Amino acid sequence: MATRGFFGRHRDPDAAERLPPGQHLTDDFPVLSAGPMPRVRTDTWTFTVKDGPRPVAKWSWDEFNALPQTKFLRDIHCVTTWSKFDTNWEGVLVDDILEAAGLDASTPYTLAHAYDGYSTNVPFADLTNGKAMVALRYEGQPISPEHGGPARLLVPHLYFWKSAKWVNGIQFTTRDEAGFWELRGYHIYGDPWKEQRFTGD
Amino acid sequence: MTELTPNIIPAANAIRWQKATISAIEHNTPRVSSFWFKPAEPFAFKAGQHADIRLTAPDGYRAQRSYSIASAPENNEAIELTIERLDDGEVSPFFHEVAQVGDEIELRGPLGGHFVWSVNDGGPLLLIGGGSGVVPLMSMLRHRATQNSDVPALLFYSARIWDEVIFRDELLKMHEAGRGFELAFSITREPARRPVDFSRRIDMPIIAELLKRLPANPSVAYICGSNRFVENAAQGLIDAGLPPPLIRTERYGV
Repeated sequence: MATRGFFGRHRDPDAAERLPPGQHLTDDFPVLSAGPMPRVRTDTWTFTVKDGPRPVAKWSWDEFNALPQTKFLRDIHCVTTWSKFDTNWEGVLVDDILEAAGLDASTPYTLAHAYDGYSTNVPFADLTNGKAMVALRYEGQPISPEHGGPARLLVPHLYFWKSAKWVNGIQFTTRDEAGFWELRGYHIYGDPWKEQRFTGD
Repeated sequence: MTELTPNIIPAANAIRWQKATISAIEHNTPRVSSFWFKPAEPFAFKAGQHADIRLTAPDGYRAQRSYSIASAPENNEAIELTIERLDDGEVSPFFHEVAQVGDEIELRGPLGGHFVWSVNDGGPLLLIGGGSGVVPLMSMLRHRATQNSDVPALLFYSARIWDEVIFRDELLKMHEAGRGFELAFSITREPARRPVDFSRRIDMPIIAELLKRLPANPSVAYICGSNRFVENAAQGLIDAGLPPPLIRTERYGV
């Protein structure tokens, strides 16, 4: 159904190809969060991998920064409909985190956890084979607290609520457990190219 | 954040796009208007939730945005979306320049399961809004008033000038009616109009004063506005001793 009198902005055909349906391009980097920004200090920061309730590996900030670093240049897509092209990140691939700990995936499902109590579920297949990292730097600088610093999950091929800010661990779960927004009506998987914004999309 | 989950709205069935007819338009301030939408299939919602609007160009191009619902959940035949005109926007200028009563628009809702409040959640309730961030808070206050609730509630509402205060007369009337509702405006670019108002950006002395005006510490706080406004207010509440899990925020996206 065409909307009477609506023509939309001038569309750049190159951008259109890179924009998932229902998204628009922004040069800003909007900040969205369900609660206050937590105060995370690197001298007490830790990152934990859990198998169910059981911690199986843990790193301090210095130990984590000593893991192999990888660069990502990616487009990111927020469920609130903004997309941002060519964002530069640097951090530790989830593959390298598990490799460093000598761990294999114990289940096909994970929950990422964060310092503010936030959580989000991501299938392990979407974290591995170079698809996702725990990012430590954005555009060559430490990630600012409002954008999830000192460390945030980065799963750029899914809507950006999956890229948990202030991440402090990954937990393997026996089933696909809904995280914070997924419990509140957001899509359990969140593929921007299929426009999976909300439950049932 | 996840420790406090009294009002999670469970993942609903699919929320479908539907046609809604604009039944009324009201200018609130020079840059803000309210649009009433009558959905073909009205839906129940909670105060604080939002609806998505989708516009389609003749070539099939679509733009969609989320807008908070301003009206009370008790009347869902027509829902009020209050839209600020953003000059570099794509959807809000359409509403301010093109949309007319009788137009059919695609809409879906309700959406958002975190920034929600109902009288059953109790209080004291602390609401902090900056600019058009007052909109979802207005739905909560209208819900509270419609329910004749006496849950203690305080709205702190920051705007640049008196004439940009959305819902000003309705809020002043609500304040006069009392029933446990306190209202404090902060008009940042003009002198305060009333003894209970302020004329500066939210800071620690303001937060201390607001907390004194509630009969007990808030059981939940909702803050909505620009990111900078929300973060200032939220960090201030934390510094004043409010546990972070009690603070729910909503920030303008793009």
